[in-house]
Amino acid sequence: MDSQENHHILSYTKLGFILGLLLVLTGITVAVSYVDIGFFNVPLALGIACTKVTFVLLYFMHLKYEGPIVNLSFIGTISFLIIMIGFTFWDVAFR
Amino acid sequence: MNKRIDKTGIKIGMWLFLYSEIILFGGLFVLYAAYFYKYPEFFSEGGKELNRVIGTVNTIVLLVSSFTVAASITAIQRKAKKQAVLFLIFSILCGVVFLVNKYFEWGAKFHHDIYPNSETLNSGEVGLNIFFGLYYIITGLHGLHVIIGMILLSISLVFVLAGKVNESRFSMLENSGLYWHLVDLIWIFVFPLFYLVL
Amino acid sequence: MIKTESFYDTPAPAGLTGIKAWLFTHDHKRLSLMYMWAILFWFVIAMIFGLLLRTELMSQGKTIMGPEMYNSLFTLHGVIMIFLFVIPAIPAIFGNFFLPIQLGTDDVFFPRLNLFSWYLYMFGGVFALISLFSGDGFPDTGWTFYVPFSVEANSNVSVTVMAAFILGMSSMLTGLNFITTFHRMRDKRMGLMQIPLFTWSLYATAWVQILATPVISITLVLVVVERLFSIGLFDPDKGGDPILYQHLFWMYSHPAVYIMILPGMGVISEIIPVFSRKSIFGYKAIVWSSMAIAVAGSLVWAHHMYTSGMSDVSVFVFSLLTFLVAIPSAVKVFSWIATMHRGSIEMTPPLLLALIFIYLFSIGGLTGLVLGAVGPDIHVHDTHFVVSHFHFVMFGGTGFAFFAALHFWWPKMFGIMYEFKKAYIGAALTGIGFLFHYVPMFILGLQGMPRRYYDYLPKYETGNFLAGFGGYLLCIGILIMFVNLFMSFKKRVPAPPDPWGATTLEWTISSPPPVHNFIEKPRIMEYPYDFSEVARRVEKAEK
Repeated sequence: MDSQENHHILSYTKLGFILGLLLVLTGITVAVSYVDIGFFNVPLALGIACTKVTFVLLYFMHLKYEGPIVNLSFIGTISFLIIMIGFTFWDVAFR
Repeated sequence: MNKRIDKTGIKIGMWLFLYSEIILFGGLFVLYAAYFYKYPEFFSEGGKELNRVIGTVNTIVLLVSSFTVAASITAIQRKAKKQAVLFLIFSILCGVVFLVNKYFEWGAKFHHDIYPNSETLNSGEVGLNIFFGLYYIITGLHGLHVIIGMILLSISLVFVLAGKVNESRFSMLENSGLYWHLVDLIWIFVFPLFYLVL
Repeated sequence: MIKTESFYDTPAPAGLTGIKAWLFTHDHKRLSLMYMWAILFWFVIAMIFGLLLRTELMSQGKTIMGPEMYNSLFTLHGVIMIFLFVIPAIPAIFGNFFLPIQLGTDDVFFPRLNLFSWYLYMFGGVFALISLFSGDGFPDTGWTFYVPFSVEANSNVSVTVMAAFILGMSSMLTGLNFITTFHRMRDKRMGLMQIPLFTWSLYATAWVQILATPVISITLVLVVVERLFSIGLFDPDKGGDPILYQHLFWMYSHPAVYIMILPGMGVISEIIPVFSRKSIFGYKAIVWSSMAIAVAGSLVWAHHMYTSGMSDVSVFVFSLLTFLVAIPSAVKVFSWIATMHRGSIEMTPPLLLALIFIYLFSIGGLTGLVLGAVGPDIHVHDTHFVVSHFHFVMFGGTGFAFFAALHFWWPKMFGIMYEFKKAYIGAALTGIGFLFHYVPMFILGLQGMPRRYYDYLPKYETGNFLAGFGGYLLCIGILIMFVNLFMSFKKRVPAPPDPWGATTLEWTISSPPPVHNFIEKPRIMEYPYDFSEVARRVEKAEK
């Protein structure tokens, strides 16, 4: 087997820990949705979603252990996504 | 040509494909963002009509299935073929549960005359119409990807059983797993955007 | 000299015979040729449609067709040219053939996926054909499929749009293949800054193909969904915003024009140094500008929408950003000219076509600034000025780069040389016809003639007649070029491995290449455009 292809094995414990985190975050976001904190409900929900997504990406999808090509291109993709939404708002928010 | 299999290359190829899927859904999120900005109260109202319990259950189901898919890869790497098979079967069943829930959710909405171009949506508030329009398109496209993901996992399962996917050669499983995680990722965003925007 | 067995004689996978050796091939070179015949077919069809359109416009009122046919024809012309010709042509034909060779390897990373991409292309083309002859006739919405018309029209919008969707998938997978090949199959001794510029341009293009194409995919899906289910996402009566359709549409279609031009620029970057016998000026600048164009090109889509009703803020922002995109393109033009300066110029058909490219593309680019500036754009938006601008860049640019690539790489791909004289005549006539055809359109546009109009005011007739005349010249020029190239099959003058005195790896192997490209290990030079050896060879020959 190629040494540079050394595959990092994530233990069940670590994976389970991440799952636990994800479930806790899910619980938090659901609980918060029952409380009216006005303007902050949406950013908070999205923030928690981003956190959950980060954990799935880094650990379940192994992004933490990938090389620069995958890492950089992933950031590039998300940047394009942010531009897609953000730049549309130059229009939508200023009509 | 007898080439050594370049796992990293295959993985890069898979990630590139995932990027295209992310942007595909991204286009729909552009629409969601613009319309949420335009109709916040109605998105809130529409959200209240969605069942938070089913939504939460579906979220948990997908998160757990992501865990079991990742675990199946760990199992394969540790040569624990039986565990890998069990984890995969469980993941696929999670997909079934998700789709069944979706079926009931949609069914309930149809029953209440809430579906594209329905009388209720056409005569009601336009903001609500847009909310539910986006709901059906996004959850519909997502559901389609759940089905595709289940097919990929099933193929991987067959390969694992046949020994074609094993501890030294598991790109198929790994990449199917990546696809499944993507399906989970999208739902992690869909859930608060539709069920928790209250 | 031992005659090496070429890829024509050796199928891959081995054991296939006859047509199966083509339809099931994994060989990137065979796939390239399969793409070429299909793409040339669609190019000719779309060109004929274009000529029919301009013939109709040569005189006021009805000339050869009615208004519905006219509207369908310009839609067809646009759809076929963009999705079946300009976007795939250079990457699918020359990229497939030469990217692996320029990288010193024997194929792309995913050969079977490559074959699948070809089938998707063919399938998309078939869908387009079906949409022509089935249902309620071909759409007359324009290739932009703007809502509400595309949602409400009775014509075959769904099938056409699905064709475009399938063709988009083909494009995405090609990009995926190229990026993976670029990173994983490059010869180990070839660093990033030793990769030829054509391959770099394909790499930059590939990123745009992967990231931008999905946007049009979802947009087209939404058109079909709206047609089927009438949700109302773009219907103001139901709460929708039609301008959002335009945002989504141009979010792809603007980066798409960079998918179209970047490979063309890559071709020019290969040709100019060879026939200047001089290393390319500013290799690194060209690499960076290619990537910069890819990035910046994704920030400017709404400059197609100044008059749509979007906010003043966005009009301002997108106009400002549009000016920025011009800069990396200008860097390239400057580099090409600087390469030729004090070089030892040898005129050949590829060089002539490349020079015409530089001239026409520059005009196209400059007129893009006129359109990018909001004030003038209000005046010329949706007029023939726009039509002329994009034909200058897409046809004068990519089209001529395509012709240049054909003439440059023809000996390598087929192992035969074509006649130069006829190529010069064809190229020159095409260039002159091009100017006669499109310059009047700039003037017509400034004078206020709208685009996509079947008929027009009397004052526009002279311009339109001139343009039509130019169109015929243009088509005759192209015909001469193609006939000349195809005649080379009859005469079969054999071509040496390096007929031009070039330095990139494809010229070190036989013409046509063997199936695995390199018989002996490729010699990777420290710098891909080092002409010192070529110069020495020429000097020796002259002694």
